Amino acid sequence: MFGLSNPQRFMRFTGPLTPVLWTAAAVLLAVGTWLSFTVPADYQQGDTVRIMFVHVPAASLGLGAYAALGVSSFFALVFRHALADAAARAAALPGAAFTALALFTGSLWGQPMWGTWWVWDARLTSVLVLFLFYLGYMALRASIDDEQKGARAAAVLGLVGLINLPIVKFSVDWWNTLHQPASFLTPGASGLDPVYLPPFLTMLAAYGVLFAALWLTAIRTEIRRRRVLTLRARKALEA
Amino acid sequence: MSRPVDAEPRPPGLRGATRVLLERELDLAWSGGGGPLLACGFFACLTAVLPLAAGGDPRTLSPVAGGIAWLALALASLLSLERLFERDLEDGALDLLAIGHLPLESVVLIKALAQWIAVGLPLALTAPVAALALGLPVSLAPLAALSALIGGAGFALTGALGAALALGAKRGGLLIAVVVLPLFIPPVVFGAGALERAASGQSPAPALAFLTAYVLFAGVIAAFAGAAAVRNAQG
Repeated sequence: MFGLSNPQRFMRFTGPLTPVLWTAAAVLLAVGTWLSFTVPADYQQGDTVRIMFVHVPAASLGLGAYAALGVSSFFALVFRHALADAAARAAALPGAAFTALALFTGSLWGQPMWGTWWVWDARLTSVLVLFLFYLGYMALRASIDDEQKGARAAAVLGLVGLINLPIVKFSVDWWNTLHQPASFLTPGASGLDPVYLPPFLTMLAAYGVLFAALWLTAIRTEIRRRRVLTLRARKALEA
Repeated sequence: MSRPVDAEPRPPGLRGATRVLLERELDLAWSGGGGPLLACGFFACLTAVLPLAAGGDPRTLSPVAGGIAWLALALASLLSLERLFERDLEDGALDLLAIGHLPLESVVLIKALAQWIAVGLPLALTAPVAALALGLPVSLAPLAALSALIGGAGFALTGALGAALALGAKRGGLLIAVVVLPLFIPPVVFGAGALERAASGQSPAPALAFLTAYVLFAGVIAAFAGAAAVRNAQG
């Protein structure tokens, strides 16, 4: 793993990997979508159960992307590693998008099921805070002119935001409110009806692969952007 | 401990340095532009606007009085954060502090402490007045002041972290608000929760305990993360 921390080796390794990931994401998304629409409707939730195949993976990846951002920030801060910083930066936008999608689809599901678009229960609020952390991270990074200083300040904020992750994860267990606790990854038997496992797992895999593809592509773009900046600076020196 | 060989005046020890820095910070906070009174004025203005936006009916207002007061408190605590480190970075005082006796972690904590005394304390005294104006029962006024005082420490610590992070940013004030307000959510929840519990006849102690826990936690995080951010800004 640490061999890949060399940007050139990283580029060589991920060059052929990225199109594979994109293709896999497209196939999995297509299959997952098809499965999601063909499974029978739930006896209680009706067709709204299909929202879960988007909502749960998006929320998981919103959390996972922040974990990736936080860990990358840690490596960027402690080892001053340029690639880790690029990885942290690259995780922010997809993570924010997944989190926003989770909030949006949750809201769509909540209206028919709970009778309200939004409640201020612990899970919803902590996910909203997660989204705000993404926004704060990107805003902080963007508003400091010195790119390196902005990157390190944002990394500190990214680390602080990690505190929110366990709160999001365990909010449904600590506070007994409207949002139901995890039903899939429960000890013992899964709380999910076996009928819904294929679409759910396919969509989960699709979102995971999609995030990997988005992330790697964004890291590669960031490395290229820095190369261009270096080349430009060198050219300006020569001229 | 050996004394310095040359005849320079003996440096004030850690305690002396702490006191000097605290006095300096308080002086700076109180001097010029009305100091903390401005924050109290802003707090009063918010307290005047929010109920009118919500309709002003005492029956609808009274149950949310504590919450509105806490929202106004959180926003008023943001006001003077921008100058907390930025001013010292601009005039070089921060560089002197960095090479001084105190570790930067302590400098951040002392600045937060000064912010608490200079802004949090007056706001905590204003808070019961504002809450009463919004319709909070008089019997809850002491609790409003106490919870605002504890919460003010949390606002000051988290705010100091945000101010340190935003050093060198364009439009720092707005950025601090975006970075810090999500972190202000727990104290607002616990502080308003304490008032709500007391209003419904329950003991406010659990909410106050959570509020205090947040302050202690924020103290640890703000000291180390804030110092890291200041070092980064100095480059």
